Amino acid sequence: MTAAVHPEPAPTVVATSSRARWGALFWVAVAFVVLVVLMAIVATWIAPYDASAQNLVDSGQGPSGSHWLGTDQLGRDIFSRLLVGARTGVVGPLVVAIGAGLIGTLLGLWTGYAGGKVDAVVMRTIDLMYAVPPLLVAIVVVGLFGGGYWLAVGVLIVLSAPGDVRIVRAAVMAQRELPYVAAARTVGVAPVRIAVRHVLPNVTPTVVANVLLQFVVGLIALSGLAFLGLGVAAGSPDWGLMVAENRGILDLNPWAVIAPAVGISLLAIAVTVIGDRVFEMLSQRTAAR
Amino acid sequence: MTLVAYALRRIAAIIVILAVLSLLVFGLLALMPGDPALTLLGPKAATPEALAAVRARYGLDDPFLVQYWHWISGAVRGDFGVSIYSGSQVTTLIGDRVGVTAWLAVYALVLTVLAAVPLGLAAGMRTGRRVDRAATAVSLVSLSAPTFAVGFLLIYVFAVTLDWFPSFGSGDGFADTLWHMTLPAITLAASQFAVLQRQTRAATMDVAERDYVTFARARAIGRGRIWNRYILRNAGLPVLTSAGLLLAYGLTGAVLVENVFALQGLGVLLVTSVAQLDLPVVQGLAMFTALLVLVTNLVVDLLYFALDPRLRRAAVAA
Repeated sequence: MTAAVHPEPAPTVVATSSRARWGALFWVAVAFVVLVVLMAIVATWIAPYDASAQNLVDSGQGPSGSHWLGTDQLGRDIFSRLLVGARTGVVGPLVVAIGAGLIGTLLGLWTGYAGGKVDAVVMRTIDLMYAVPPLLVAIVVVGLFGGGYWLAVGVLIVLSAPGDVRIVRAAVMAQRELPYVAAARTVGVAPVRIAVRHVLPNVTPTVVANVLLQFVVGLIALSGLAFLGLGVAAGSPDWGLMVAENRGILDLNPWAVIAPAVGISLLAIAVTVIGDRVFEMLSQRTAAR
Repeated sequence: MTLVAYALRRIAAIIVILAVLSLLVFGLLALMPGDPALTLLGPKAATPEALAAVRARYGLDDPFLVQYWHWISGAVRGDFGVSIYSGSQVTTLIGDRVGVTAWLAVYALVLTVLAAVPLGLAAGMRTGRRVDRAATAVSLVSLSAPTFAVGFLLIYVFAVTLDWFPSFGSGDGFADTLWHMTLPAITLAASQFAVLQRQTRAATMDVAERDYVTFARARAIGRGRIWNRYILRNAGLPVLTSAGLLLAYGLTGAVLVENVFALQGLGVLLVTSVAQLDLPVVQGLAMFTALLVLVTNLVVDLLYFALDPRLRRAAVAA
């Protein structure tokens, strides 16, 4: 069954004398991601206003010299909130991606290489988890347990891991049949060592591309949950929550909605671009070895 | 005969999955923090008498499996109890809301297919050319941009600035509903586009490179005939699979889209009942969704037999 859209295996390119280039789009995407990460780090130092400071006199204003992106209904400065909001936009998805990536790589490597009963148990559990769309499960579980950012992050790690397991497992199973694995087995290398030292490096492109892809999935899910009021606490500066809070003043100050919406979208697009390119380049390099 | 056997086996599997899922869904109540009687009492005053009445009514002092049996035996007859919040039957609530969500999902699916299949075919036939690069860029945005962000950008452009479409509500009558549902359906379709476009592109690339297509060209068979008889029929199967998945996963997108456009569908019902800790409604919706996803997958797999004569012959021969 087609589980989801994933980077199609790159065409097997014969290593040519001129090395493949990363391309301009990739570097633009990297620059944007670096910019957002820098924003997240220095946000509170460079923000012109306190992101939570209310100023009811100046509420719902459009962009001006003193408020570059205007203000929201409570008179909070949108530009400052956008800067500080980069934090929850980067940290949570990163934790989801790395957490799910670790679980997925370990379980995928184990089930893919060992097969047998472990494989059957893990895969049937995963099939069950696929019966209900993951974001719906996240809405129900996070919502019923009272919401919260880190709860949402934890639930998303659990819900994202099965996808990683499937992908890594498939990549490992393809490697397992190759001669180098049989050769290693013949000379008596221990199975764990074969899996980690020999198979793992060859599935690294898949793992890395997948972690980047999971960052995007985590970002979309976390901001979606925040938008529904199930993520970060009410009032926190967060891009998803800002869209929900300011939806009522789309006519007064559209930037209060557009800026965070575009921020999430561009970050997601940039990381997807990086993920696709990294996968292509790394799989070319492993193929050329 | 084997087709029937296959269908029966799949239906049995669906029943098993639903049974396991129902245990998990019902178990949510037990796992909830705090006293379940308090949760079930909802917004009403928690007097000791009221709590005792709730305990007696829901059998909260019975062992877990006995409680589960009461719930599941009602559920298989279509009785998921009543909403804590509004007091109406859960099935009635779902029945009232399902129309809006179905409208949205089907309208969006039609738009997705109309946009993604032609672009996927064109991109697959001309890989690396301009049309392919353009379609890849569009599907990249569609895959990455969050549904609610796209929704508000569309509202800003087409409802606030241009005033072409309404920004909320679902309308009355067919024409009015179509008009009200256009922006929501475009939003949902935008998030689904990438899945179907990429799948169609990959399927087309795979088929277009086959020897039989080259030979058909060599035999000077007309372009239209090659497309209809050789490419579309073979590329159709994987495309059908992802279209089926879209209908099921459209439910997830629908939650966000309904919230953006203030549509009173199942998605809004789910979010509000989760926020109100209205467990019977949440449990009913969870089972309904799972059933829908599983049945959609089954129907898609059975459609394979209708579309692919090779599978039919294999089924008869086996």
